[in-house]
Amino acid sequence: MSANITLSFEIPGDDFTRAGEASGSVKKTLKKLGLNSMLIRKVAIAMYEGEINMVIHAGGGRAEVEVGPTAVTITLTDEGPGIPDIDLAMQEGYSTAPESVRSLGFGAGMGLSNMKKYTDYMKVISHPGQGTTVHMRVDIV
Amino acid sequence: MTVGDIKSILNATVHCGEDLLDQKVVTACGSDMMSDVLAFVKDQSVLLTGLVNLQVIRTAEMMDMVCVVFVRGKAPDEAMIQLACQRGIILLSTQYRMFTACGLLYEGGLKGGCGLK
Repeated sequence: MSANITLSFEIPGDDFTRAGEASGSVKKTLKKLGLNSMLIRKVAIAMYEGEINMVIHAGGGRAEVEVGPTAVTITLTDEGPGIPDIDLAMQEGYSTAPESVRSLGFGAGMGLSNMKKYTDYMKVISHPGQGTTVHMRVDIV
Repeated sequence: MTVGDIKSILNATVHCGEDLLDQKVVTACGSDMMSDVLAFVKDQSVLLTGLVNLQVIRTAEMMDMVCVVFVRGKAPDEAMIQLACQRGIILLSTQYRMFTACGLLYEGGLKGGCGLK
């Protein structure tokens, strides 16, 4: 691959049914580029969980995906309420999602831990009251 | 086992992907929590669930799953069927409950993709 490819998405915050559209689109692009299927799955899952989080907690946001020769990087940015205690939020099983979200199959406190599990690097920067940015990188081996 | 075998074992109806029933499947998982499904990245070909919404299809899509089986006679809506068709994911419904449906498939030779076996 010669040049980096950048993909940008607006994640709508008011429609749970549309969560995952951006991840599905990224998945399609990575497939077209002929990347390894396990790598594609990792990127897709990490981004999908991020998308779901932005819809549930932050009223939507933006996603930027850059495909380079050695890695796929994903940056998710929202202007939601922020995460007061990131270490606590990273713990598997910890969730602040309302019961209504659980009935939709999410909100089990697995989102952030799944994102960490499937990426080679993940950093969460959050300012309560201002929003959250999540940087993730999956290395192309 | 093929998806066609699953259809027979579970006496299931096909909502989409009738032409794909000869696809081979080796592992499956059963869950109503999509994040639990997403927690195991290893190959899982079939998802059995009692949850019916578009995110079930999205989850199957992200996981490269071949087939989703809705238990307890639940049926997908038109938007789910449309998305599954676009992505080449087969949708089945069975009257069996989750435990029985999983048990019948396990007995038939389908193994768990998550955890130990």
